Amino acid sequence: MSEPASVPVVRIRGVKKAFGSNRVLDGVDLDVHKGEVVVVIGPSGSGKTTLLRCINLLETYDEGSIQVDGVEVGFRDGGEGIRKSRHDRDLSRIRADIGMVFQLFNLFPHLTARENVMLGLRKVRGLQTAEAARIAEQWLARVGLGDKFDSLPSQLSGGQQQRVGIARAVAMGPKVLLLDEITSALDPELVGEVLSVVQELARDGMTMIVVTHEMTFARDVATRILFMDGGRIQVQGTPREVLTATGHDRLKAFLARIEMKHH
Amino acid sequence: MSYHLNYGYIWTHFGKLGWGLVLSLELAFVSILIGMAIGLSLALAYTARGGLVRRAVAGYVEFIRNVPLLLLVYLVFYGVPSVGGFAYDATESFVITLSVYAGATMVEVFRAGLAAVPRGLIDAGKAIGLTGWQRLIWVRLPTMFRIVLPSLSNAFVSLFKDTSLASVIAVPELTYGAQWINTNSFRVIEVWSVAAPMYLVTGYVLLFLLQRLERRFSVH
Amino acid sequence: MLYAIQSLPFLWGGLLITLEVSALVVFLSLVAGVVLGIGIAYGPRWIYWPIRIYSDFLRGIPLLVLIFFIYYALPLVGVNFTNVMSVVVALSAFEAAHIIEVVRGAIQSIHHGQNEAAKAIGLRFTQRLLYVIAPQAIRRFLPPWINAVVDTVKGSALVSLVGIVDLTLAIQQVIGRTYIPMPLYVLGAVMYFLINYSLSSASRRLEARFAYIRE
Repeated sequence: MSEPASVPVVRIRGVKKAFGSNRVLDGVDLDVHKGEVVVVIGPSGSGKTTLLRCINLLETYDEGSIQVDGVEVGFRDGGEGIRKSRHDRDLSRIRADIGMVFQLFNLFPHLTARENVMLGLRKVRGLQTAEAARIAEQWLARVGLGDKFDSLPSQLSGGQQQRVGIARAVAMGPKVLLLDEITSALDPELVGEVLSVVQELARDGMTMIVVTHEMTFARDVATRILFMDGGRIQVQGTPREVLTATGHDRLKAFLARIEMKHH
Repeated sequence: MSYHLNYGYIWTHFGKLGWGLVLSLELAFVSILIGMAIGLSLALAYTARGGLVRRAVAGYVEFIRNVPLLLLVYLVFYGVPSVGGFAYDATESFVITLSVYAGATMVEVFRAGLAAVPRGLIDAGKAIGLTGWQRLIWVRLPTMFRIVLPSLSNAFVSLFKDTSLASVIAVPELTYGAQWINTNSFRVIEVWSVAAPMYLVTGYVLLFLLQRLERRFSVH
Repeated sequence: MLYAIQSLPFLWGGLLITLEVSALVVFLSLVAGVVLGIGIAYGPRWIYWPIRIYSDFLRGIPLLVLIFFIYYALPLVGVNFTNVMSVVVALSAFEAAHIIEVVRGAIQSIHHGQNEAAKAIGLRFTQRLLYVIAPQAIRRFLPPWINAVVDTVKGSALVSLVGIVDLTLAIQQVIGRTYIPMPLYVLGAVMYFLINYSLSSASRRLEARFAYIRE
């Protein structure tokens, strides 16, 4: 049975967002298909994190359309072609199918690693405690934390916490995984363990949109790289195409700056 | 319900409210000054000494902070003269009570303030050869005052509101004035609709002025 | 001195009234304060501003003024509460205003990333509050709340001024009969002290108990 690969998991059209006079997103169009790993790079203020956060509506967007699996995320049909904001109830259902991993981990400090992963499974997916625990433990083991089920976040290193964050997002069975600079807050020696988990997920076919500064990682895991600047996608293509950056001045300058920082 | 608002009596006797407000401010001001003196000396004693002194200071603070101010007012005004054999003026008695009450708060404020003085500053003082007393006067106290200014402002406004209790021993401050007008005219809603905002607005004005003072002096 | 001992049962009655009034006010102000505190922390403008104005107004006036106002003014607008009901309303309204601030402070002290992570896994508003925010907020809520409870007990002494025979008024009535003010005032102070001091000690112990969640 062949999947209709033409229906994108994430469909973004003409998205605009302004903070006062600052146009953070200035017309973004993007399709992400199942199994793709789309990496977004760009200078700070380019709108890449905002775009990511609009997909699960942690930020609202003013104009345009963002659809996940065919469902408009930010608005519902108010009749007569009017768009109305979504209720919290609808949003929670939409968000349950979108996973997000945060730069600052945002683990729940009062819950153990297992409980962090179980919370969504029990309260959102409605699973029984035992079943939720089983799935949570499975995922924690897969990210290499099989001996840390009962640890509190304060007892874990940054890399371990982030892997719990990944397990928490992935255990929900999301249609797309959003990764927001997930290694930026980590000590350098802990970055590798997190990135190898993400590579595994990519190999297993998880659809992902990744915002990152790690160029080597981008090159290794991405099926497509987007360069954003000034609220728009300026360049997109295969990793090789984008990272060799022929003919695009701003991209070249950006890559040069990144190179300098890492040396 | 037929109740017709009539502010006439209020305006005729506004002096009771206006001068009452002035007295409330005076009471609060004197009490916080005395309270600061008490609080600072006890906080220094607490920080510098151990054991018995600390327990005595803590005892004073805990006692005052856990007993209703109203009871303290009665105790000082009615109770003390009966054992001391003298009588005093209601205003004097209230100032003593409120100062002792303020003192307890001030001990905590200054104790925390002293503890918040960065070690680095004290070490620097030692390094340039200042004695303990000199470090206290030139380094620790000035820094502490800057740190505690916000707490002092809040305490002052709080004390200002607490002066309303002076009305129970007939000190003619704002609440007493309002009660007087109330009793003599039964214009309940009118009088309180003026007196309550007087407290509110004065409180805001005080905070505003004190915040401007803070900005000129504060650390962080 | 003998008089003082003989009047103890009478003082005991006053103490009970003090405790009953305090308990009732603590309960009412807690419910109102938590609900309105959540409203002011998360609500849209039309919820935020009325609560803000209410809280600022009631925290800006003395408790005594509020008690007098409600006690004298309510009958005039046709509300016929008993003495006790009007002071309970006044005290509860006053304390609720403070608790609103405590709740708001506790909720807003939690990093907004927590709420975002909770949203990201699909939790609804009440679920986020119940499973993520409240367990963390409660640590920051309890010490100032217990302070508010102590303030309530102290504030309850003001009901003596509108004729309710609480501990303070009971003491005054006994003094009226026996003419020994000082020992009775001291006794009263000690009784209030014991109640409030045990509350603050409980608070300190609770604080220690929750310290296992370190940031």
